[in-house]
Amino acid sequence: MTTTTQQPLITNVTGGVGDSPMRPDGAQKTRGEFAYSSDLWADDMLWGATLRSPHPYARVKGLDITEALKLPGVHAVLTHEDVPDNIYGLEHPDQPVLAVDIVRYQGEPVAIVAADHPETARRAADRIVVDYEVLTPVTDAEAAMRPDAPVLHPAHEGGNIVRHAPIRFGEENPVADVVVTGEYTVGMQDQAFLGPESGLAVPAEDGGVDLYIATQWLHADQRQLTKALAMPEDKVRLHLAGVGGAFGAREDLSMQVHACLLALHTRKPVKIVYGREESFFGHVHRHPALMRYEHGATRDGDLVYVKAEIILDGGAYASTTAAVTGNAATLGAGPYRVPNVRIDGYGVYTNNPPCGAMRGFGAVQACFAYESQMDKLAAALDMDPVDLRIRNAAERGTVMPTGQVIDSPAPVAELLELVRAKPLPAIPTGPRDLRELPGGVSNTTHGEGVVRGVGYGVGIKNVGFSEGFDDYSTARVRLEVIAGEPVVSVHTAAAEVGQGLVTLKAQIARTELGVQRVQIQPSNTFVGSAGSSSASRQSYVTGGAVRAACEEVRAGVLELAAARGFAATGLAGGKVVSATNEVLADLVDVLGDEVVERTVEWRHRPTAPLDPVTGQGFAHVQYAFAAHRAVVDVDVELGLVRVVELACAQDVGRAMNPDAVLGQIQGGSAQGLGLAVMEEIQVVDGVVRNPSFTDYLIPTVLDMPPMTIDVLERADPHAPYGLRGVGEPPTLSSTPAIAAAIRAATGLALSRVPVRPEHIVGA
Amino acid sequence: MDFLRPSTLDEALAMKAEFPDAVPIAGGTDVMVELNFDVRRPPALLDLGLVTELSGWTRENGHVRLGATVPYTRIVTELGDVLPGLAMAARTVGSPQIRNRGTVGGNLGSASPAGDAHPPLVAVGADIEVASTRGSRTVPAREFFTAPKKSALEPDELIVAIQVPEAAGPQQFAKVGTRNAMVIAVCSFAVTLDVAGKGVGTGIGSAGPTPLRALEAERFAAAELPWGSGEPLQENIVRAFGELVGAAARPIDDVRGTAAYRRHALSVLARRTLGWAWRSVPQEVAK
Ligand SMILES: Cc1cc2nc3c(=O)[nH]c(=O)nc-3n(C[C@H](O)[C@H](O)[C@H](O)COP(=O)(O)OP(=O)(O)OC[C@H]3O[C@@H](n4cnc5c(N)ncnc54)[C@H](O)[C@@H]3O)c2cc1C
Repeated sequence: MTTTTQQPLITNVTGGVGDSPMRPDGAQKTRGEFAYSSDLWADDMLWGATLRSPHPYARVKGLDITEALKLPGVHAVLTHEDVPDNIYGLEHPDQPVLAVDIVRYQGEPVAIVAADHPETARRAADRIVVDYEVLTPVTDAEAAMRPDAPVLHPAHEGGNIVRHAPIRFGEENPVADVVVTGEYTVGMQDQAFLGPESGLAVPAEDGGVDLYIATQWLHADQRQLTKALAMPEDKVRLHLAGVGGAFGAREDLSMQVHACLLALHTRKPVKIVYGREESFFGHVHRHPALMRYEHGATRDGDLVYVKAEIILDGGAYASTTAAVTGNAATLGAGPYRVPNVRIDGYGVYTNNPPCGAMRGFGAVQACFAYESQMDKLAAALDMDPVDLRIRNAAERGTVMPTGQVIDSPAPVAELLELVRAKPLPAIPTGPRDLRELPGGVSNTTHGEGVVRGVGYGVGIKNVGFSEGFDDYSTARVRLEVIAGEPVVSVHTAAAEVGQGLVTLKAQIARTELGVQRVQIQPSNTFVGSAGSSSASRQSYVTGGAVRAACEEVRAGVLELAAARGFAATGLAGGKVVSATNEVLADLVDVLGDEVVERTVEWRHRPTAPLDPVTGQGFAHVQYAFAAHRAVVDVDVELGLVRVVELACAQDVGRAMNPDAVLGQIQGGSAQGLGLAVMEEIQVVDGVVRNPSFTDYLIPTVLDMPPMTIDVLERADPHAPYGLRGVGEPPTLSSTPAIAAAIRAATGLALSRVPVRPEHIVGA
Repeated sequence: MDFLRPSTLDEALAMKAEFPDAVPIAGGTDVMVELNFDVRRPPALLDLGLVTELSGWTRENGHVRLGATVPYTRIVTELGDVLPGLAMAARTVGSPQIRNRGTVGGNLGSASPAGDAHPPLVAVGADIEVASTRGSRTVPAREFFTAPKKSALEPDELIVAIQVPEAAGPQQFAKVGTRNAMVIAVCSFAVTLDVAGKGVGTGIGSAGPTPLRALEAERFAAAELPWGSGEPLQENIVRAFGELVGAAARPIDDVRGTAAYRRHALSVLARRTLGWAWRSVPQEVAK
């Protein structure tokens, strides 16, 4: 091909980085047509059911499956004896696939059943006789840390302390003019995703198994499955099924091993779907926290020191408790310049439900405490709480309590200024729509007892996996001509959990390769690990991997072009172009029958472990910030709250998909609102009292107010496109902002979230 | 599980007599939840959806005869004028989807202490019409509930209709929940005024083993309200009424709230709802 038509470039590619193209699953989901993992189906499949411990702590003295096996329709009843390697865990392998001689939390799986009907499977599970010797559960995390507490995991060194994360920064005994102390508690929040744990395991002819599963990280599941099943990696293949929300609750395994065991045992496809109640026992929750803080400042309002003890109840198994503890400790002083910091974070084993990952991951709990302290300090100094925050706000160059220097934009003060500058919603006069009042349509007030309050919060969250973790993603990108058109295909193992990554991967490919048509391949383990869809990291890490793979593909195409005599330097609008953006040839012509495919494993810059004694180290790859102002109306006589407005400002580095950014900020803020005023798994003596959406309440459209949102784009020079993880920061700061607003309306100290009506009326 | 589908009331009663274990299903908003949560595994469901005798309402002799399977949405849109208390309570039930399906017959059938239709029915002194192949009878709403989730309904009986006196004055209903919509009552309260008869009715929900009446509060208010004067309510009367209502409750501590909070909140609701009701007493009548 030698003829070059010299034409100016018309970039007709739309839906690239910075646009907000429609997400491919959006219309399906709104119409109820999207296939979730609970919709999976195979001819001839069996249904699995799980027998769980009713006790938070008990010895298992006997297990009799005889009667279960007798039930017609039952194909298998399996116990720990049938598990090749019974111990698994995301970070620490400490959890049995099926309980052996002890159960450590209510809901722990003891046996599994496969039957030809879900009801038969459940009835069979009911027929299993377990002889329990009930033990007194350890349910107080602080008491569990004492040397005399019963040790729940004898194999673990350090008694019931999963991790102690100390931070020692600056002077040991600093002196301050003004000191405020406080003790704060955070209840156990649930991720409350709508699609319960579910998947389908299909035994394969090669003796392996294919698992179709809703998860956050296919390869972490695969790693744990190959161990538990004692099978090589190529025999355990995972395929991402439709994920109905995650928020951290799908990081740990739930029914994955169980379904595979039953499928391999029966040689039939086995589907397991948890019901809503079972789901509350099927995943980890947010760690409840007890936090003691002391802040010291000069009379002028400069922070002198922060001291804190943060105790996180990890429940029965470690899950990600160690990493959550690390986050709470390293971020425990907040987005502030603090010269002296002494923090002790503890993650603890108890017999409460296991806790692990949830959006915000340790930073949420700490943020409630340090922001409550900032308000208290402002009051003690007789200062405006926003002024105090701005005066001490972290910025680029600030040294964190870990010794790490913030080396990218940190516009904390600006975010606070932005939310403060928003006009306040007017206080309505005259007759009001019930839906605008605390209590809503329940008709509890027509204005009586209603007092308005305003509060602020700002938070800091790490993006990506920290503390030296080898955090990477893999992308395979392929460019070829299909039906006369250039088409890009992107293949990663990254889990689309609703965040919009599928859309984003296509946007990146369009931008990098100048090609309109992009096919996103299903996520599975036929390509390398993408890492977890958590820690606000996938746009950064899988986005980075897709971009890097696109760059290699582009280089490959340019080589092809060179071989054909075009001195091309780029791809745009389906053409190869020169350095001056002149169109040299059609991509279709340059490619011909060639397929250019590259697979890239991409890493962000490395982080380092914390020093175990001082907590010093370059632990986090990126920091992200959001600030909220909350306006609430509180019915001070009934203790009912209506959040009137949330204003949020967040720096996202680069808004890769502006609509998706807004969606993340809205959703994250709503989850923070839930923690502030209603969401709590109530656990008494290790027993969950409200495992249902009847009594575990999440915000409705009448609870979540309209938001005003400011999105800043201050590029992080270290990150692809300068982007900053978006998903978690808004979950941090909305909770303390709302709590502060309720305090402002009521004058109460309110040191616990969720704030319940009883706390407000004192009954 | 069998699914029985009678198309007339007689057929339904015959089936219920033959299969007393068959669980009637109207909107299914309680039944399906119980099935899903495996709370019960009935041998049969008796679908009332085709029985037209249950699905309408009529006005007769100062009463509305409300068919057992009229959904809340229709009560809100069609009966707000004549049965304002019940319509207000219906408005607070669940979500639009639940109000489209859920019925007062089902609320009574479940007999949950937290059923939102119960306080207005108790306050206004409604009668529940029940029937079996043995015949029909009416049970006063105030006697219908016997224990949590237990009622005077016999195993072979169906709820046919609820006879609700038309409002003889302002009515109010308010419910406290820890969310601004779609929430089960932590406690609830209904009040009715009979302006001509100088009577006050009350109903307390979710603060005792059954819906309750605050009898002393009713007597007190009937005696102390400045009937016919057109005067605003005295603060001390409102307060005393609230306290009597709080005292009439028999709440417990549970996952939704404490007993102390419920008593307190009921007093507040009683004060406010009495005030609103009084303020909307028609001026011509009051003077
Ligand atoms: C999401 C959700 C929210 C809810 N919110 C509320 C709320 O805010 N307030 C509230 O009070 N309730 C609420 N409920 C509960 C439920 O909607 C109500 O109790 C409703 O009134 C039940 O009516 P139904 O027609 O759906 O009853 P069904 O479920 O059909 O039946 C309920 C019971 O009554 C029996 N029954 C039904 N009809 C008859 C009859 N004619 N004769 C004899 N027995 C009969 C049934 O056998 C069953 O035991 C909620 C439920 C859900 C799922």
